[in-house]
Amino acid sequence: MKLDLLSLVIFFPVIGAIPIFFMSPKNKKMLFDYTLLITLIEFLFSLFLLKDFKFSLYGFQHEHIYQWIPAIGASYHIGIDGMSLILILLTTFLTALGILSSYNYITHKAKEYVIVMLLMETGMIGVFASLDLLLFYLFWELMLIPMYFLIGIWGHERRVYAAFKFVIYTMAGSALLITGILVLYFYNHQQTGIYTFDLLKLYRLNVPYGLAKKLFLAFAIAFAIKVPIFPFHTWLPDAHVEAPTAGSVLLAGVLLKMGIYGFLRFAFPLFPAAALHYAPFFMALGIIGIIYGAFMSWVQKDLKKLVAYSSVAHLGFIVLGIFTFNMYGTQGAIIQMVNHGLSTGALFFIVGMLYERRHTRLIEEFGGLAKVMPVFSTIFGIVMLSSIGLPGLNGFIGEFLVMLGAFKATKVAAFFAVLGIIFAAVYMLTMFQRVVFLKVKEKNLGLPDISLREFFVLAPILVFIFWIGVYPKPYLKMTEPSAHAVIYQIKSAQNADRLKELIKPNEMVSINRRNAR
Amino acid sequence: METILLITLFVPLLGAIINGVFGSPFKKYAHWVAVPAIGISWLGALYLLKFVMAGNTLNVNLWQWIPVKDFNVHFGLMLDPLSAVMIATVTTVSFFIHIYSIGYMHGDPGYRRYFAYLNLFVFSMLMLVLANNYVLLFVGWEAVGLCSYLLIGFWYEKKSASDAGKKAFIVNRIGDAGFILGIFTMFFAVGAVDYKTVFAAAPQLSAVIVGSITFFLFMGAIGKSAQFPLYVWLPDAMEGPTPVSALIHAATMVTAGVYMVARSSALYSAHGSIANAVASIGAFTAIFAASIALVNDDIKRVLAYSTISQLGYMFIGVGVGAYATGIFHLYTHAFFKALLFLTAGSVMHALHGELNMQKMGGLFKKMPHTGITFIIGALALSGIPPLAGFYSKDSILKEALVRGHTTIWWVGTITAFMTAFYMFRLIFMVFFGEPRDRELYEHAHESPAVMTIPLWILAIGAISAGWVGIGEDASPFFKFLAPSLHYAEHGVHFEPAAWQEWLPLIFGVAGILLAWSMYMKRIPSPVGMARAFKPIYKLLKGKYYVDEIYNIFIVKPIYYLAIILFKLVDRILIDGTVNGVAWVNRATGAVLNKIQTGAVKTYMLWIVFAATLIMWLQLLK
Repeated sequence: MKLDLLSLVIFFPVIGAIPIFFMSPKNKKMLFDYTLLITLIEFLFSLFLLKDFKFSLYGFQHEHIYQWIPAIGASYHIGIDGMSLILILLTTFLTALGILSSYNYITHKAKEYVIVMLLMETGMIGVFASLDLLLFYLFWELMLIPMYFLIGIWGHERRVYAAFKFVIYTMAGSALLITGILVLYFYNHQQTGIYTFDLLKLYRLNVPYGLAKKLFLAFAIAFAIKVPIFPFHTWLPDAHVEAPTAGSVLLAGVLLKMGIYGFLRFAFPLFPAAALHYAPFFMALGIIGIIYGAFMSWVQKDLKKLVAYSSVAHLGFIVLGIFTFNMYGTQGAIIQMVNHGLSTGALFFIVGMLYERRHTRLIEEFGGLAKVMPVFSTIFGIVMLSSIGLPGLNGFIGEFLVMLGAFKATKVAAFFAVLGIIFAAVYMLTMFQRVVFLKVKEKNLGLPDISLREFFVLAPILVFIFWIGVYPKPYLKMTEPSAHAVIYQIKSAQNADRLKELIKPNEMVSINRRNAR
Repeated sequence: METILLITLFVPLLGAIINGVFGSPFKKYAHWVAVPAIGISWLGALYLLKFVMAGNTLNVNLWQWIPVKDFNVHFGLMLDPLSAVMIATVTTVSFFIHIYSIGYMHGDPGYRRYFAYLNLFVFSMLMLVLANNYVLLFVGWEAVGLCSYLLIGFWYEKKSASDAGKKAFIVNRIGDAGFILGIFTMFFAVGAVDYKTVFAAAPQLSAVIVGSITFFLFMGAIGKSAQFPLYVWLPDAMEGPTPVSALIHAATMVTAGVYMVARSSALYSAHGSIANAVASIGAFTAIFAASIALVNDDIKRVLAYSTISQLGYMFIGVGVGAYATGIFHLYTHAFFKALLFLTAGSVMHALHGELNMQKMGGLFKKMPHTGITFIIGALALSGIPPLAGFYSKDSILKEALVRGHTTIWWVGTITAFMTAFYMFRLIFMVFFGEPRDRELYEHAHESPAVMTIPLWILAIGAISAGWVGIGEDASPFFKFLAPSLHYAEHGVHFEPAAWQEWLPLIFGVAGILLAWSMYMKRIPSPVGMARAFKPIYKLLKGKYYVDEIYNIFIVKPIYYLAIILFKLVDRILIDGTVNGVAWVNRATGAVLNKIQTGAVKTYMLWIVFAATLIMWLQLLK
């Protein structure tokens, strides 16, 4: 069995973690240096995926299939399209920065910490690369366990409560997910006589409408908890507040995206008619998320909680976008996944840096940072503006496209969504004023400005914040076939007469290829 | 020529980057970057103006910006008469404000930051006026909002300043939200957002569509150009350094809305109803803001309300369909309003930041340059010939009348009286009479040449800028602009009577005389007047309590709603349910512990197993 590049990208972090077992837990710096090196190499590997990637091609690339458990029809089937690729790149990028940011933050059990981080990286990448439902589920669970430990061991005061809540929520989701997968698996056997977990084969299955609705809900709720969609969101602020910085960054930057990814990769193509049926409901939830998340952010006293709730609002935009079922909304949602990973990731880094300095996250404890930490404050400002979608920065591209898509789908949705951008300015600017502006408090007088290491955590993110804002075309082109494929599948189902027809993704791919110039 | 266009646009950005990113070792010399940057841009703009006057235009798409399906926005620039006039006005005024700032901001710890923001501000405005499509215009549109946020809150340690900056950004965003909806409506109606395609399609669009587009776009203009009911951020914007006020009021921000409506003339003239609303809101704002300025004692706030009022005039112009008159007033106003703010800044500079006119008086003797130039600016603003404001204001009122908007004409004419009154009330209180505060007066001094020379240059502009527009449609200014603007056929055509032609001027002179008699001769005495009309005086003094009303009826209720939602829904309802489930789970676990492991995971496994079994059995049926 020859090791392919994609498998290397998936498993390299775990392989890289093995030598750590033989390292001394006392030498924290060496542990982190080594792990940073591993994550940087991993990032490099993931960049190599770009090398042979054909951006205009529909369907999956770097596709490999090996037998795994032939008795039950489970295979090691991996492959990526533009959407998975961009999320994998985001994962490797943020993990490396996460390690870089942890040098001072982690004070105990450093050895276990880096192992858990690497394990989680493999889990996250695996989720985005799996084309087999059982394999997907395995990775899905695999990444939850390290996150549980991250919160439970390296978290703050209420870490046990938060970790427990996180587990309750996500296990409930996982239970629904595996139930849905198994029912689909047995139904497929009943219809075709074959036991298989292969996603591309299951795509061809035409699930009757009644069952499809139930299964869609099972998948959708599982993913909704992960996103999180209102009202499944209350685990998020607690988990974020308690998690260590890098944990929060990955939680917001990558884990939340898995829910959205799940909708686009699994729930929509498998049950397109049901997705259409429930779309208005989920769009409404998306809008509630936008406004509710903004309201919650506004009243928070804890900086990290504010950022956490702002994620609820941002993800509300993304949910709205994917349920518009048009190119604008879907493309906007996908690019917004990346944007949210960058800007909210950066915000969590920033909150972490403040915490390292003051050991508090209370907004009222700060103020006047512009005076003592001018460079830090400037970067903070840019990230904050990216988060509220200032044109010219990345956030605008995603939000604008999502709202454009929403306007096309139902005008009412767009009206509510634009309220979201007003509220976003309200809570973010209020927070920024109280932290960065006003008179500097005495206890903040001696705070050091951004260190070189911290600068190198944030600077790469800034590069992308500007790049995507000014020239998003390469990113949009990269995910265009993915978005198009999802919409094609949905639109095919829209015609009620064609519901009974089999939607064969292979045919679809060839049709799309012809259409794509 | 394209290169010059790019230089004109991007050199200020470059200046901002140099000062902002690399400038910290040379912070005392920040103006050596910022001023030449604007200088180059200014020369470029003048050169481009000449180029356009020769009958050329430019339309360049630099790169594909947001391509999604048929939504295809380019980073594209357009140079035509309208944008040429705008960039020339903006860079000219900005250049002198930059020079003035060297003196005014001397020694400020944020000197470098100040100049970086200032350059960025000019860049944003140039971007706004040079864009060739609505989405790119929106980039500049929000970017000027950002710069105003940064500059109004420049002295961020002051709570009032950072509050004002925040308020400016948020109130602008309310308008911007509307603007975005306008873009959406436009795109799905026309299939494009670039000016050329949209304007070509405008006549074929239905009344509802054009009505919605123009309505939403105008929402943006209300926010950006500080019209009722979103004007509330502009008076507070006085918290920023005074040259910034000059920049915001004259060149780089509030004029954007007027520009946008004029730019969209093809849409606004396609169906009249929203255009009428534009004119009505303009007229209402004009008199509303002027009435507040009548009693205000803060020298900068009087000027701020006068800007709101003058912007109202511009919206009357573009609203009644006489787009060129609106732009004409925008252009003349840029000179005299920049001049007025800079002179006010000079007064503040002399009085150590004092803003209260009740503490001033007799300053003319101490600062003759400031005094004379201020009077020139005030005469121009009051519409006294042959100064710039006379021609532009006159042409707006005349056009309103010609097109049958008699009520609006009356409102504008009465406002002209109020304008002259409050400007000269200010002059008599500040520059003439007896000094009210001896100590302040003793320390007052004329500003350095780096500040007074820009005043004189702008004063020349305030005197002569209007001459290019004498004779309206036959004048060089109007002829030059004509190709950029689309005029609707207006059915009505009133020929104004002689008295109607002269009334605004007569009212203006009367306003000056009344101010003279009240504040120099005390006939009738201001205090007596205030007592005689106490309820009205209090209402005006309280600025109609609009801020308070917004606070009580909008801001506070939403905030409390958020708190209630947080406490009730998030904490009690959702978390309560979840924790309840967890509690039940744990309790069950404790019971089952005797026969089971008690691990949550095991239960989950059983749940999964059972659920699968049930659903599978269902399938088999």
